Amino acid sequence: MTPEEITPLLALGSIALFVIGLKRLSKVRTARSGNALMASGMLLAIVITLIEIGLVDYRWIAGGLLVGGAIGYAIVARAQATQMPEIVARFNGFGGAASALVALSLFWSEVVEPAGDGTASAVLGGASATTLVLSVLIGSVTLSGSLIAELKLRGTISRDPRIPVRGVLMGLFAIGGLALGGVAVFAIDDPLVAAALVVGLVIAAVVTGLMLVLPIGGADMPVVISLLNSLSGLAAAATGFALNNQLLIIAGTIVGAAGLILTQIMCVAMNRSLVNVLIGGYGGVAAEHGEYEGVVSADAESAAMVLEAAQSVIIVPGYGLAAARAQNAVHDVAKALQARGCNVRFGIHPVAGRMPGHMNVVLSEAEVPYEMLFEMSEINQDFSQTDAVIVVGANDVVNPAANTDPNSPIAGMPILDAAIARRVFVIKRSLSPGYAGIKNALFEQDNTVMLYGDAKEVLDQLATELAAGTS
Amino acid sequence: MMGPLLVSVYVFVLAAFLGFELINKVPPTLHTPLMSGANAMSGITVIGALTLVTVADPSTGVILGVLALVLATINVVGGFLVTDRMLSTFGGRK
Repeated sequence: MTPEEITPLLALGSIALFVIGLKRLSKVRTARSGNALMASGMLLAIVITLIEIGLVDYRWIAGGLLVGGAIGYAIVARAQATQMPEIVARFNGFGGAASALVALSLFWSEVVEPAGDGTASAVLGGASATTLVLSVLIGSVTLSGSLIAELKLRGTISRDPRIPVRGVLMGLFAIGGLALGGVAVFAIDDPLVAAALVVGLVIAAVVTGLMLVLPIGGADMPVVISLLNSLSGLAAAATGFALNNQLLIIAGTIVGAAGLILTQIMCVAMNRSLVNVLIGGYGGVAAEHGEYEGVVSADAESAAMVLEAAQSVIIVPGYGLAAARAQNAVHDVAKALQARGCNVRFGIHPVAGRMPGHMNVVLSEAEVPYEMLFEMSEINQDFSQTDAVIVVGANDVVNPAANTDPNSPIAGMPILDAAIARRVFVIKRSLSPGYAGIKNALFEQDNTVMLYGDAKEVLDQLATELAAGTS
Repeated sequence: MMGPLLVSVYVFVLAAFLGFELINKVPPTLHTPLMSGANAMSGITVIGALTLVTVADPSTGVILGVLALVLATINVVGGFLVTDRMLSTFGGRK
């Protein structure tokens, strides 16, 4: 066999490692080895590519790999455990940007700089030119959208500003960008004019990404983040078409498809369609939340006295837990209750938090045992026999209006039935509405007690009170 | 005989089916690591970048390619490391 025949076979090995790795990554027991298999598949792909390139000037290649590798390592090594979700969002943006930059690099190297007569489609072929434009568009949307998502996860951007007629504007920018790109690669002979139009495409795509994510908050964030994940894969696939590289097409498309599946899972968890999440939002109903009546509040000390007598407790975490960095505090409360012989479990809604699986990651950082975490479907039937529920920083996912009020904007959304437990404690800063902008009937119930304050402080007090009684 | 473009379209469609089948039942615990690992895999674009930075002369095209190479490598190295770090804290595995 000649070397030209061997490298494509090795590439098949790389794809096999990706497929088996991803399969193993989707099971708890084998996840870590699956990730390692995928990483080795990537290493193999890089080695194959270096062999195929042959003898060239290696300075940029070596420098780029070293610098990128060092920065990637440093970002992860320096990050605190609580920052993992932000970092995942940032890397997602970098992946999209890299795909767009590869397409731009191809465009400049093959079309703009040779400055020959002829459009990009004449130089590269129509299919390559078309997918080049798609790659720049999708990659740039992924970059700006992911960076906004990172800032939101970090709390730097804490508001979800509503943009009027956002769906229409987003469509205009995306289609406008595509039109600029299409004209640039199919109709313009002058390379400098074509280059200027492509820059316009990048700007339009970046604005589209900003508008896509900026107004999103609450339970809609996991949907948008998994969609961005899918887009980063599709950008790589489009780049693969532009370069006619099968390995890029396969790996990118698998990521795109997997991301779409996850997006679908998140939409089902909210009983809403993707279009509704992306364009509709909950905008129109924000003003409808009424005043609260008959809300009972208490301090941590009296709550601890009730909890001391509880035989079974379910803790329902939400984004407020992550925002207050209260994962260790909640684990302390769980341990203090367990020391009293209480059965403590965590009930986790699929869209609790700001990204898919956010609560699971946050709680595992605090070393809460995996066995204590239960999915909504596993735990919902147990609420009626539970002595006390502690809701920490969650709102819409425990709102009984989803089941009882057919006119509610969240009607039909599967919720955790915390309301039917014997006692419900809600740790929350204030009675402000959640992302859906509606009143939560749970807070007015006779069996509900509000514990106002920062989640971490309240939980720390609870843990201290509970631990004090045992010794 | 199929032209190279048609082969790519076949590959694309089949890979999409594969991706959908591969990720049908994932426990919620793994949603974030799965996203993170899949995202690291989308850093495959690194091999596209490698093929575009093979000359020393720093033209705009090469500089864009080097930028792509750096970002893609951050995505690959950082992405797999962060996934591993998250999974390492998933204690008490069933």
